[in-house]
Amino acid sequence: MVFYFNNERPIYLQLVEQLELYIVSGRLEPDEKLPSVRELAAEAKVNPNTMQRALIELENRELVYSMRTSGRYVTNDSVFLTERREALARAKIRQFLGEVHELNLDSAEIINLITQEGGQE
Amino acid sequence: MTELLEYQQVSKTFGKQKVLDNINLKIPAGKIVGLLGQNGAGKSTLIKLANDLTTPDQGKILFAGQPISLSSKAAISYLPERTYLNKNLTIAATFKLFNEFYNNFDMQKAEQIIYELGLRSEKRIAKMSKGMQEKLQLALVMSRNAKLYILDEPLGGIDPATRDFILDTILSNFAQGSSVLISTHLIADIERILDEVIFIDHGKIILTANADQLRNKHHASIDKIFRQTFKANLKH
Repeated sequence: MVFYFNNERPIYLQLVEQLELYIVSGRLEPDEKLPSVRELAAEAKVNPNTMQRALIELENRELVYSMRTSGRYVTNDSVFLTERREALARAKIRQFLGEVHELNLDSAEIINLITQEGGQE
Repeated sequence: MTELLEYQQVSKTFGKQKVLDNINLKIPAGKIVGLLGQNGAGKSTLIKLANDLTTPDQGKILFAGQPISLSSKAAISYLPERTYLNKNLTIAATFKLFNEFYNNFDMQKAEQIIYELGLRSEKRIAKMSKGMQEKLQLALVMSRNAKLYILDEPLGGIDPATRDFILDTILSNFAQGSSVLISTHLIADIERILDEVIFIDHGKIILTANADQLRNKHHASIDKIFRQTFKANLKH
């Protein structure tokens, strides 16, 4: 897994956000076992304490669950995962619309442009 | 909770200059702590006190609740600002020396680190570049299974690749439950790995805080917050 950080926001929150993306996008699969805190910290080049805090936050958000002896796993609640994915997508779309509306385009024009761009991929 | 390292009302004067002025400070176990200050702020003196290399004029320094002593020295692994290696020795001979001197030296760890650096153990230290010598010194210090690692300006004259090596080495080798105290004035390079930060200036502790909480409060990097805090003192 690859992680990107800027130093202006709490590191643990950036870890939470990026791990959440890995989970809701399915790159980390339901019921997949997560590497240990130290392994994940080494991969992200962060302090294990910071990674621990991020994983606890993911647990609080019910994106991962822990088994007392064997570590942490990605949630298998597919309804919840779909909801989270949609919520994240909606947030990104709202942000995008905010930016595009500044160009003084109406919704029909925007949708038309999106359809054209989508068709080119 | 017993603090790992504690300064109680510590003051130190060199000649007329008060280098440390009534320092009260606690370093907890299991944390990476940044001791951040400009040159001459008192960082090195604070660190030397914990290593018994100088004594306070006033106050007490406690390690695991006990005064600084031989047993605290055995539990603290210290990287001084200047290298002290005997340059006539090979890496292997230096490892042997450390192994005999410190009963918590982990030879396998040390060998693993120099392997990652692409160094052969028969190499003489004098034949290595200055940067490589600094990395070797860090490898030696981090290869001890210590309770506290104290690194005085580990980011000497560094390039990005060296910085990554140093951060990796610190992160992957500090033993579980131990702490790392890192003094530096190069904050941007190291702030990502810090749990806690201490700002020191003119011999006084200006601020102690959790790094992420501080970022959250000011919506800025530790480096930026530090610069803003000391704007008046920056010489430009």
